[in-house]
Amino acid sequence: MSAGRMAYDILSLGVPFSVALLLAALGEMFNQRAGVFNLGCEGIMSMGAFLGFLPAFLARSGALGPWADVLGFGLAAGSGVLLGLLFAVVTVTFRAPQGIAGIGLQMLGCGVAGTLFRHFIGGVTGVEGVAAWPIPLLSRIPVLGGILFNHNPVVYLAYLAVPASWYLLYRTPWGLRVRAVGTHPRAADTMGINVNRVRYQALMLGGAMGGMGGAYLSLCQAKMFADDLVAGRGFIAVALVYFGRWSPWGIAGGALLFSLAQSLQLSIQVGGIKFPYEFAVMLPYALVILVLALTRARTLGPTALGKAFDREMRV
Amino acid sequence: MNEPLQELRLEAITKRFPGVLACDRVSLEVRRGEVLALVGENGAGKSTLMNILAGLYQPDEGRILVNGEPVHFRSPSDAYDRGIGMVHQNFMLVPNMTVAENVALGLKSLHRGLRLDIKEARRRVREVASHHELPVNPEARVWQLSVGEQQRVELVKTLCLGARLLILDEPTSALTPQETDDLLDRLKRMMAELSIIFISHKLNEVKALSDRVTILRHGKVVFNGSTANHSTAELAALMTGREVVLPRNEGSGATGRPILAVEGLRVRGDRGHLALDGLDLEVRAGEILGLAGVSGNGQRELADALAGLRPVESGTIRLDGEDIAGSSPRSIIDRGMGYIPEDRHHEGIVSAFSVRENLVLKDFATGRFSRGGLLRLGDIQGNADELRERFDIRCSSTAVAAGTLSGGNIQKVILARELIRGPKALVAVYPTRGVDMGAEEFIHNQLLALRRDSVGILLVSEELEEIMNLSDRIAVIYKGRILAVVPSRQATREKLGLLMAGVVHE
Amino acid sequence: MSRRYRLIYSAGVIALAAAAAASTAALVLWAIGASPWATFGVILTGPLRDVFGLTEILVRAVPLILVALGVAISFRSGILNIGAEGQILIGILCATGTALGLSQLPRAVLLPLCLAAGAAGGALWGGIAGVLRARLDVNEILSTVMLNYIAAQLYTFTLRGPMIDPAELMTGSGTPQSMRLTRAVWLDRLIPGTRLHSGLVIALVLAVLVWVLLWRTTLGYRMRAAGAGSTAARYAGIHVERALVVAMLLGGGFAGLAGAIEVLGVHHRAIEAISSGYGFAAIVVALFGGLHPLGIVPSAVFFGLLLVGADMTQRSNGVPANMILVFQGAIILAIVSAKMYLNNPYARQRAAKLLGKLLPSRAGSSAEEAGP
Repeated sequence: MSAGRMAYDILSLGVPFSVALLLAALGEMFNQRAGVFNLGCEGIMSMGAFLGFLPAFLARSGALGPWADVLGFGLAAGSGVLLGLLFAVVTVTFRAPQGIAGIGLQMLGCGVAGTLFRHFIGGVTGVEGVAAWPIPLLSRIPVLGGILFNHNPVVYLAYLAVPASWYLLYRTPWGLRVRAVGTHPRAADTMGINVNRVRYQALMLGGAMGGMGGAYLSLCQAKMFADDLVAGRGFIAVALVYFGRWSPWGIAGGALLFSLAQSLQLSIQVGGIKFPYEFAVMLPYALVILVLALTRARTLGPTALGKAFDREMRV
Repeated sequence: MNEPLQELRLEAITKRFPGVLACDRVSLEVRRGEVLALVGENGAGKSTLMNILAGLYQPDEGRILVNGEPVHFRSPSDAYDRGIGMVHQNFMLVPNMTVAENVALGLKSLHRGLRLDIKEARRRVREVASHHELPVNPEARVWQLSVGEQQRVELVKTLCLGARLLILDEPTSALTPQETDDLLDRLKRMMAELSIIFISHKLNEVKALSDRVTILRHGKVVFNGSTANHSTAELAALMTGREVVLPRNEGSGATGRPILAVEGLRVRGDRGHLALDGLDLEVRAGEILGLAGVSGNGQRELADALAGLRPVESGTIRLDGEDIAGSSPRSIIDRGMGYIPEDRHHEGIVSAFSVRENLVLKDFATGRFSRGGLLRLGDIQGNADELRERFDIRCSSTAVAAGTLSGGNIQKVILARELIRGPKALVAVYPTRGVDMGAEEFIHNQLLALRRDSVGILLVSEELEEIMNLSDRIAVIYKGRILAVVPSRQATREKLGLLMAGVVHE
Repeated sequence: MSRRYRLIYSAGVIALAAAAAASTAALVLWAIGASPWATFGVILTGPLRDVFGLTEILVRAVPLILVALGVAISFRSGILNIGAEGQILIGILCATGTALGLSQLPRAVLLPLCLAAGAAGGALWGGIAGVLRARLDVNEILSTVMLNYIAAQLYTFTLRGPMIDPAELMTGSGTPQSMRLTRAVWLDRLIPGTRLHSGLVIALVLAVLVWVLLWRTTLGYRMRAAGAGSTAARYAGIHVERALVVAMLLGGGFAGLAGAIEVLGVHHRAIEAISSGYGFAAIVVALFGGLHPLGIVPSAVFFGLLLVGADMTQRSNGVPANMILVFQGAIILAIVSAKMYLNNPYARQRAAKLLGKLLPSRAGSSAEEAGP
């Protein structure tokens, strides 16, 4: 296989591979901007992956057509909202420490997804998933067309979500409230903003996006569901938010970077290069550590990140 | 626009926090165009009371009446709807947002719809700023503004949000004397349209500005009357409940050897800027050198550098002759530097540790309290009992968590720990901030006793009175340098005020 | 709050938390058509029916105790070690490698050497995250989780490759597992006919040592101070970064040791699904035990019960093994929520106010008494 061909493969896989990470990380961005970091993202993605997959699996006969997939995404988003709500109750209302609570949520989400899967589906089965919608003219552009414009509709929507998230965060009143609540919640409180309510809203939105990211994995990328499908992407999404400096553009860049590492792994195997499979699989995780080590994002982040807000607490 | 506030009454307001009764059946009233001063020592309940009025806390008992009508504020929005707004002691501004964005946060009308109408917020800011002669740039980012400018922004913000009654919590605590006079003038001009309640423990300001004064002690109202009819001394006595004369330094100025000598110190602040720019300072054995200055001019960075917590770019710090610049905190402590930090809860004690564990926080690894890596619990307990007695630390037992003690008692724990180590030099940063007068008296006495024992003390404080009372000499820090060192006898409030603002007389 | 009300309040909070966790699990069980009562019944009583069941509980408890001790040390030092899974695996690799490579050595030398190798491997793996946190301020939750995934790949690679049992290669079955380890390194069985081994003794002894370490030594004081008040510790001259690294070394070391003991005591060879989630379960065990050796030991026994019980329900009631994750997750969420209401005076006061509204009689006013 020529180097050029391999490069093309790596790049054209890079975009679709990045979507799950991108959606989950954008959702997590809203969480963190509001001052809460949700490590349960992994669990939310697992549930989203399972529930996204379920309607397509049950309607294998094609009875519902593409609506099965839409239903799947809807269920995934819904479960994400519920899990985000649960997390909000624990960390915002009960003010429990966010790190450990996140791990608890992750265990819960992965556990429920795995249990339901084992019971209702049992073995690993494939589904047709969502087909590609090549964009009429643009996909004919040589090289670039294949890399950018020949994907399933969710990819396009996910990338549209990047500028949409920017607008939401910087140009709407809600975004202003979110940013205030994550940086100086006490100030926001004195101006009549309900800090806890904004955090609840951010966590529910973040959960919905995480759920959809999971659904993408099972419906569009792998086109099946297994216990270890998410494989740490939820945690990588959380790291991506730091890496992307809490900005939608930075996060998009980071998601592409990580997905390239993954598509590199795939191409290595397919290309028949002698490289131990396990080491290739390790690449994205090692990359995360490297990236965390090299980014000193502390001073730029939402300053109230990680701290519960208690109005009654005397300063 | 709101109808003007004719009358505001608080009736029998009571508020409890875990372990403390902050407000005990407090009643007061303010009429239109009046300025009421709310006075009391630290911990008397003034801020809590005003937070209730501003809608931040819910009273456990009692009620609030605006223009005769009972109201219930569930949040600051409700309070603003009734024309009551508060400027807090620690500014409530989001640092990385612009002034207009900060104001927009509170303007409910802008929160409908998808797009944030920031232009309207800017317009509102300019309108109010020009009407009240409070120059403010709506596009400026808050973190770039000086303390005085931020306070103006806070005032404009509260007015934009519709305040007809302004509550000001210790408005002059972070200002130079000149800025203070400036502020008081502005407030006098605003009195025509607004009512003002301001919290202060500075009685000269109370006399200058207020019509009436209410004094709180331990959460109860002990006095309510017209300011003009009472002297500062009377008010002070009512505030503390007894004749408190804070100890004065009657010494003749020390002639001891320099125990702490700083030369050409350059230190970077958190933002990368040069917080200390060639600072020279000398503290002699047996003297108290007061460091006066508006907070934010490098005091924090100087204290950190002296404790070994901040890297030194260049310059020397000599403790009894040895250069400790850049040494580790441990070696600086071992060489005899004592330190009373600014934030007693997070920097001075480990809140979750017991009182007795905190009393050995610096010495647990020495031969006195450990042997072969094992702690000598009996000696630690004995030490705690002795210090508790000697320093009158009020706690039910030395096994309770230190974080549950009152501010004054925590400070005593810290002081006790530092003092028994027999330091050569002591850096005390805002040692009496937020502490009641009884504890303040105790701390001042301890500092003076140390001075008699030939310890060199660097006292960093924002209270000019404290500095003038206790110091032998006073150094003024401005923009990372020592502008001047004045013998305490020659220092006046005006002179120091000018220096603090950077004005050097030749 | 008066003593008596404190007790009632605490009991109430704990009961509510337990109910919430149980209800969550029950909900999932109901969704898959299993009877929650029957399942809970099997889990809690099934293993207690015979001696073998009882010893199995202790067999599971041993690694849980060890790893949880390490978790407690690191959590108390302010560093959240989620990497026990990976540290266990690396410990197994090191112990197995040592046993295979130096199999000629006499037992008195080889056995302690293998245990030490396991601990050292785990310590190294944990130390990476510790150094990253201390030097580069890298969030240790993220780094340890990533290291878990990396360790899992390393483990699979080693078992399929360098360490694979030559017998597997010959028969062509290719099951990823190492050769059977020489009898010299097997830990003694305490009760013949069961799998209970002398690792239990090691675990209990270490529990006592950890208690001594944390509350009786200067190193322990340093670590606890770094965890409970890192700023004040720094001001007091304590080297917080060094304490963090030591805490991770110890945490990883305990996990690695647990892995080594599992191999030497139970399986006698490195196999694929050897860790089966002990790393995560131990976090729950540690939290449940109040991060204190005195609480961790009974907590580990309880979770041993749950693990054995869950295995039984899988066989008898068809409840998937993933349920154990559901239990653990629900328990963690319940514990951290309950802790806030038990320790935080503001939360207590809020709850007291709520009680006061619901029960307008003396319950409310006495509960609201001002008092620390």
